Amino acid sequence: MVKKLVAIAILAGIAFMLYGLFASYTQKETLPKTSRYYAIKGPDELGSANLVTSVVVTYRGLDTLGEVTILFTVASIIGFFLRSRTKREARAENPRETSEILHTGVAFLVPIIFVFGAYVFIGGHLSPGGGFQGGAIIASGTLLLFLAQPKTSGGHTLITFVESVSGIAYVGIGIAGIFLANGFLDNRILPVGEFGTIFSAGAIPIIYSLIGLKVGAELSAILYKLKDAKEDA
Amino acid sequence: MEYVALATGLILVILGLYGIVAQRNIFRIIIGFSIFDTGLHVVLVSIAYLKNRTAPILDEAVSKGEAASKIVDPVPQALVLTAIVIGVAITALMLTFALKMYEKRKTLDIEKFEDLKW
Repeated sequence: MVKKLVAIAILAGIAFMLYGLFASYTQKETLPKTSRYYAIKGPDELGSANLVTSVVVTYRGLDTLGEVTILFTVASIIGFFLRSRTKREARAENPRETSEILHTGVAFLVPIIFVFGAYVFIGGHLSPGGGFQGGAIIASGTLLLFLAQPKTSGGHTLITFVESVSGIAYVGIGIAGIFLANGFLDNRILPVGEFGTIFSAGAIPIIYSLIGLKVGAELSAILYKLKDAKEDA
Repeated sequence: MEYVALATGLILVILGLYGIVAQRNIFRIIIGFSIFDTGLHVVLVSIAYLKNRTAPILDEAVSKGEAASKIVDPVPQALVLTAIVIGVAITALMLTFALKMYEKRKTLDIEKFEDLKW
């Protein structure tokens, strides 16, 4: 009881502080200095129609690389904690068969979901899409597959392969930027091209596709490990 | 009524914090964290908003030349984009820890884990 009162008192204090922030908040009229630079120079410099993408992939590309690293670290830690069942143990336990409706629905939907995910990350420099969103969509397709086929144990090699190759290629393109353009992860190693077309913005579509594959594979690996976790370790 | 999104975000932050502090079930604490996370994202995006402006994507509606006077701030949006994925990863990590803790003690009550209490 006392604990609950203390908790509510602390929350009331935080709420009071947040109310102070809210009451004194006034909307800005113009863009801040950095954002104005990105808005004025960004389209001509990098050729990306989606300015959020040009910030994520090129201007702050190093942060994105760090973020992909965080995802990789999380997947590794989860793999470290959850020991997966051996194949014999997986075969021994007999989960209930999934229903016909789920099977048919998954067979119909999963290819569409994968293609949609690829569309979202390939068009990341033109439309409100990108590698992270596309990767999450692909991982949701993988989740559907796991729901329909809980006993399956294949695919892990493919996931690991996609994850490693896209990660290495991402860093490789970044290093190529040092030698061929102005710096690490510079997208102008390829011609910037015509503004607003699919083959434009230099290496941004390639980098974002690699990020999409990497995020999709990483999240799928996490799902895989959670699915295959041993019941009692 | 002007700052509805900002107010909603801050309310979500407080609700999430309440979930983290006051709940005893570990899964409810994780859900509280997710709500807290979402609230922060809403706050960041609403701070990026400038009145009567549109999304930072250039097309027929917004030409290159008038971009600086027509779009909202792209930097916080990029920040939220990455923060969402990190939120997913952290949630997965917490769920794994919850699974391990349940295996050890066969309970999800946070009060039963007293190893670090003094």
